[in-house]
Amino acid sequence: MNPGSEKVISMREAVDRFVPDGAHLSIGGFTVNRNPMAAVYEIIRQKKTGLHLYAHSNGQGVDELIGGGCVARLEIAYAGSGRFAPTCVRFRKAVQSGRLQVEDYSNYQMTMRFAAGAMGVPFLPVRSGMGTDLVNRWGFTPEMRQSDERLPDLKLAALDNPFGNWADAPNVLLVPAIRPDVTIIHVQSADRAGTVRIEGLPFTDIEQAKAARRVIVTCEELVPTETLREHPEYNQLPFFCVDAVVHVPHGAFPTACYRHYDYDPAFLNQYREWALDEERHARYLQRYIKDTPDHQAFMALQDPAQLGRIKADPRTGYAVGLDRR
Amino acid sequence: MTYSAREMMAVVAAREIKDGDIVFCGTGISMLAAMAAKHISAPNSVIFFETGAIDAQLEEVPMAVGDPRVMLGAAVHGSLADAFAFMQNRTTGEHVVGILGAAQIDPYGNLNSTSLGDYNAPRVRFSGSGGACDVGSFVGRTILFMQQETRKFVPRLDYLTCPGFLDGGNGRERAGLPHGGPEVVITNMATFRFDADTRHMYLAGCYPGVTPDQVLERMGFAVPVDRARPVLPPDDRELGILRNKCDPQRLILGD
Repeated sequence: MNPGSEKVISMREAVDRFVPDGAHLSIGGFTVNRNPMAAVYEIIRQKKTGLHLYAHSNGQGVDELIGGGCVARLEIAYAGSGRFAPTCVRFRKAVQSGRLQVEDYSNYQMTMRFAAGAMGVPFLPVRSGMGTDLVNRWGFTPEMRQSDERLPDLKLAALDNPFGNWADAPNVLLVPAIRPDVTIIHVQSADRAGTVRIEGLPFTDIEQAKAARRVIVTCEELVPTETLREHPEYNQLPFFCVDAVVHVPHGAFPTACYRHYDYDPAFLNQYREWALDEERHARYLQRYIKDTPDHQAFMALQDPAQLGRIKADPRTGYAVGLDRR
Repeated sequence: MTYSAREMMAVVAAREIKDGDIVFCGTGISMLAAMAAKHISAPNSVIFFETGAIDAQLEEVPMAVGDPRVMLGAAVHGSLADAFAFMQNRTTGEHVVGILGAAQIDPYGNLNSTSLGDYNAPRVRFSGSGGACDVGSFVGRTILFMQQETRKFVPRLDYLTCPGFLDGGNGRERAGLPHGGPEVVITNMATFRFDADTRHMYLAGCYPGVTPDQVLERMGFAVPVDRARPVLPPDDRELGILRNKCDPQRLILGD
């Protein structure tokens, strides 16, 4: 929350100021689309640790933050990158070796949890999951929940419908609001004050942003306020919700940014191979992230011909005929 | 024309989709089935994704439900909150058929896509529910894709991610879930359906050259086989649509 009109800062400063060690962080995007990757890489560069991470269905962003050693706890519905990694590789390794504590929800439950945070209510009801292990099995211990005031005491709660059988629902599940310290989203356009225009599917980015105390918006294009205000009906997030605006072209790479570029199948396939092996993964982290000063330098390591191939076609918003094997 | 098991599965699933169905698609073979159905038998079916893309006009097969290819020519770009609400909604939810897959299935069509072994210290961790639990909870019918393997057809799941008929009979009603549930299980060898009373799985069909005994050998629990009928192989038209219109790069069909 910041009603100011000038919030453009560098990625380094945004992460340094708004993502302290141990922060409760939520990141936007969906599997291989519009993950705030430039911010993810900067968080790894700055060696942030002990993050409590929230996402709904997230792939590359979640996996790289885990692989970068930044995440201690994760609340999520789905960790996968489509055909490139049906289960995120570093996520799987971290859970199987006991290095990462996970609380599982469904996608709709996570979405309603962000919505509750955005609306300022403690919980919302859903009709999803009754009778399943999402209700019966908890990942976080009661002691952990009670020792962190940023966590509710319960994973979720069952409730008999207080209105009888109204709307044909005898009972519902209540899912608790998520109230992140900071949410980071990557969007197509923003102005210097932080008003946001997402093109294509917004996923749950807007609820995630509104639920957070602080919001970092990274954008492909920094545009004049007048341009966004010619068509306010296409804008989704008002400037006062936003604390920092970072202009970073290719800020979602290697995930897609509709109407700008596709996901990069070559990078995502290569990343999977790196992620599977400890030594290769360590070399990847060193060369691509730790040894680069910023996202521009990270992008300079990519093959320019491949960046040309993933450029979005104006009619479809993605790279038509791209070799995605 | 010869065909692969994946092609057979996609065509068998496409045949289950009725004209006018609203088809909830996951990743992989379910997208091919939904794309094929629009060309074969259900031109007025609507493909939608949990990501919020409604009635996507797919020109290329998406690699994930978050693929920008799902955005092309859609009626509406909604949010996740919109997409799931269409399934929870009393008017639209009943018309949705969901297509799902998983690592494990039990005799009542419940699915595990979360983990193997102890949930708190898993031997193998998978992606998690995503929207599967929501779809399995809300919608009128689900089509389930599985590989025919003993370790996947188990008497008891390691983790129940997505509800089928829970413990059978009126288990869904007792838990407070909306009515609905799995309609058919499609594997690389056979199809299964669920008894109207007990909600237990039974063998409904065998693919050409497959016997009920061969199917039972690849399951961790027994099912009745007396209702099994032969399943017709894909014809040339169905295969042509699948190969040329839906997945010319063979991204999902494979080599």
